[in-house]
Amino acid sequence: MNLNATLFAQTIVFIVLALFTMKLVWPFLIGAIDERRKKIADGLAAADKGSASLKDAEVRIRQLETDARAKAQEILAQADKRHAAVVEEAKAAAKVEADRLIAGAKAEIDSEMQRAKDTLREQVAALAVAGAEKILRREVNAQAHADLLGQLRQELR
Amino acid sequence: MSSAGTEVTSSEYIKHHLTHLSSSPQTSLVDFSVIRWDTMFFSVLTGLIVIFLLRAAASKATAGVPGRFQAGVEMLVELVEDQSKSIVHGNRAFIAPLALTVFCWVVVMNAIDLLPVDLFPMLAGLMGIHNLRPLPTADLNATLGMSFGVLILVLYYNLKIKGIGGFLHELVAAPFGTSKNPFFAVLLAIPNFLLNIIEFVSKTVSLGMRLFGNMYAGELIFFLIALLGGAWAGFGVGSVLAFLGHIVAGSIWAIFHVLIVLLQAFIFMMLTLVYIGQAHESH
Repeated sequence: MNLNATLFAQTIVFIVLALFTMKLVWPFLIGAIDERRKKIADGLAAADKGSASLKDAEVRIRQLETDARAKAQEILAQADKRHAAVVEEAKAAAKVEADRLIAGAKAEIDSEMQRAKDTLREQVAALAVAGAEKILRREVNAQAHADLLGQLRQELR
Repeated sequence: MSSAGTEVTSSEYIKHHLTHLSSSPQTSLVDFSVIRWDTMFFSVLTGLIVIFLLRAAASKATAGVPGRFQAGVEMLVELVEDQSKSIVHGNRAFIAPLALTVFCWVVVMNAIDLLPVDLFPMLAGLMGIHNLRPLPTADLNATLGMSFGVLILVLYYNLKIKGIGGFLHELVAAPFGTSKNPFFAVLLAIPNFLLNIIEFVSKTVSLGMRLFGNMYAGELIFFLIALLGGAWAGFGVGSVLAFLGHIVAGSIWAIFHVLIVLLQAFIFMMLTLVYIGQAHESH
């Protein structure tokens, strides 16, 4: 427990060490700590901002979804309407076409019938004339009755 | 035992371990021509270790993800910063680093006590040095030297914060107050001044004595425990019991001493902050 010069030397060492720490240790460490604190605070703020904007985005997405749904519904309704119109139109067109075809067919059938009738009549006339010729050949001169026969053929036509 | 080959008694062993490596043998209680090389060597060595470690942490300090070492040092720094912030109200540019240095330095110095008591004296003996006490904080000069440094800082901050006039006024006006009447003013100034001087002295002495006393006592108990192991005299009931006693008692005391090492360093740091904090507050 004796006192000696060690006391003063220790005092000087003490103050020198403290000065060293003040100059070369403390500012760097406390600077790093403060900077990291700031970084963490910034990070937390950014996270808050991120979650807020996420919420915004969700709201926007829901809005967009509703809009899209409504639009899709509208488009579907329009398509239905259009579909019905197209079907209706096609039906009308088909009817018109069918009518036209039927009319054409009828006309053709008529003309065909007419032609058949004409042919038939011609053949009947020829047959009748031939029959009459055969009957008349015995008693009538063909030349003398040519006019008559021609007239008959004309009539039968 | 340090002086192998020769039989030493227990009291000789203790006395040997309590003898410093001094520049010259000290005869009087106070002799400022003497310096203790062991205390100086180990306190400067531990101081260098401390500032080397702190500097290593500081120079590699990043604001990004810290390594374990940096994070550990930062925990200390933040502890000291918080304590100093709550105790000292004013510019802490020097005070907070001072507290960090004090804490780390005292911890490392105290921690020498946890090393085997004969290790350094034996190594010194191999180099021809016969007396060595490696624990600086068990030397009153070291601890009082540090508290002397604290006293200087307390006086400095008193002068810096209050000015010479303010400080002198406080010396004679606090804690009993002063009077408008010149006679009573002088009458009050005498006890005020005496009490302030006593306060400064007692603060300084108690700060140094507290650390010294704890570490000296702890060191002495390690010596006594070492005597148990030193009582080995070949296989025998007594020797084996003493050996086991050494192991058990040494372990228990060393584990307990870890607490004392840290606690005393913390107390020294806190009191340093408190005394300097008081210098910042005027009465």
